[in-house]
Amino acid sequence: MLRKTFEHEIQQLKDDVLVLGSMVEQAILNSVEALKKRDIKASQNIFDGDKEINKKRFDIENQLMILIATQQPMAHDLRLLASSMEIISELERMGDYAKGIANINIRMGDAPLLKPLIDVPRMAQIGADMLHQALTAFVNEDVEAANSIPVQDDEVDALYNQVYRELMTFVIQDPKSMERANWLLWVAHNLERVADRVTNICERTIFIATGEMTEIKSTDDEFWKNQQK
Amino acid sequence: MQNPQSTEYAIETKSLFIFYGSFAAVSEVNIKVEKQKITAIIGPSGCGKSTLLRAFNRMNDFVPSSYVTGEIRLHGQNLYSSNIDPVEVRRKIGMVFQKPNPFPKSIYENIAWGARINGFKGNMDELVEQSLRGAALWDEVKDNLQKSAYELSGGQQQRLCIARTIAIQPEIILMDEPASALDPISTLRIEELMQELKKNYTIIIVTHNMQQAARVSDYTAMMMINDQRSGTVIEFDDTKKLFTIPKDKRTEDYVTGRFG
Repeated sequence: MLRKTFEHEIQQLKDDVLVLGSMVEQAILNSVEALKKRDIKASQNIFDGDKEINKKRFDIENQLMILIATQQPMAHDLRLLASSMEIISELERMGDYAKGIANINIRMGDAPLLKPLIDVPRMAQIGADMLHQALTAFVNEDVEAANSIPVQDDEVDALYNQVYRELMTFVIQDPKSMERANWLLWVAHNLERVADRVTNICERTIFIATGEMTEIKSTDDEFWKNQQK
Repeated sequence: MQNPQSTEYAIETKSLFIFYGSFAAVSEVNIKVEKQKITAIIGPSGCGKSTLLRAFNRMNDFVPSSYVTGEIRLHGQNLYSSNIDPVEVRRKIGMVFQKPNPFPKSIYENIAWGARINGFKGNMDELVEQSLRGAALWDEVKDNLQKSAYELSGGQQQRLCIARTIAIQPEIILMDEPASALDPISTLRIEELMQELKKNYTIIIVTHNMQQAARVSDYTAMMMINDQRSGTVIEFDDTKKLFTIPKDKRTEDYVTGRFG
């Protein structure tokens, strides 16, 4: 087999994407855990830790550009490198959602949670699991898995709907709870977006393996459709 | 030969085999080359790319024991029919080689000579200027047309050879690794020139440089040797597709540099 060095660098790249992915996965789970416990110090760590995620993303981006410039990738290699660029950008944005959740906890200060968090941590757990599976599918270029992972997004959407309705009833009963409801709605919204971005990663994995650009499905449409009912 | 507009394609091959004695160097090639497009032929060394290219203007006729079976059709007519004059074929289908090969004459004469022996009766000064402009060389040599072609740089010599080719107004220009002996700047200049030339001519180029094939061509034919060690076209497609989503695993391995 020719191109041993390039093969090695591609493997290194995939490993680095996995590392970035696990940083993001942890940040998401930790941000919700800190909120649940109202642990502001932990949230501050997550908030500051986003810099590390951004740095890792830039490092990988740099590494990708060097590979594109020096190895002149074609066909599958080109799809892999171009898609990795997209995937690390998705991951970086998912890291921002975790940072956003941490920020909400910090800004809530002493105000107690409007309600105990049950569905929100479930959303975080499903989102993190999906992310984990999506990155495994990416590394293995597993089209079947990439096609099936986004199905779990329905569950996240259903939870989001549930959280939304519940928070609305709080607001209707007591308009003064508006701000605290809004904080939590933002948290849920961020988590809903995490699952959507996992779908984007799965679409890229399918593209790497098959060369076909497919849109798995738009979950935003699903959400707004439900709101209209 | 008939009216150039009579067929959709500039040239096409049907069950083309090219033999050197009993050995089939190229087997079963069926491709249709579109007019005013650049078609690249790529593949590992020894897969028959140049042999195929040379068959298009009957250059292989010069190799003793070489013959073809099947057809190469230009305007619906088989170029290897007994009533076809190979000199006429080469007038319609010009060729530019790997190493620039100007005649040991002045720049002016390099262009005028071919035109003259092809019976050109018009204004020779005009033809020389037009051809040099067409090959993007005019501005560099216009004040020195009597200078020996050998005094030009390699890149300029290659453009002079292109000018010489277009002076006799062929329909198709064959290029066999036209930039492989040139530095990167001269190479890019030839590539830019090819984009200009395709407005008027059909170009078929053999290249080892895959990035070049990907950059300049509209269509690409991927060649490889089969079990009988005979070269054949294994994939022929839109260049963008062939380099991003090749259908054949062997093409994938070749364009990604894992086989060669």
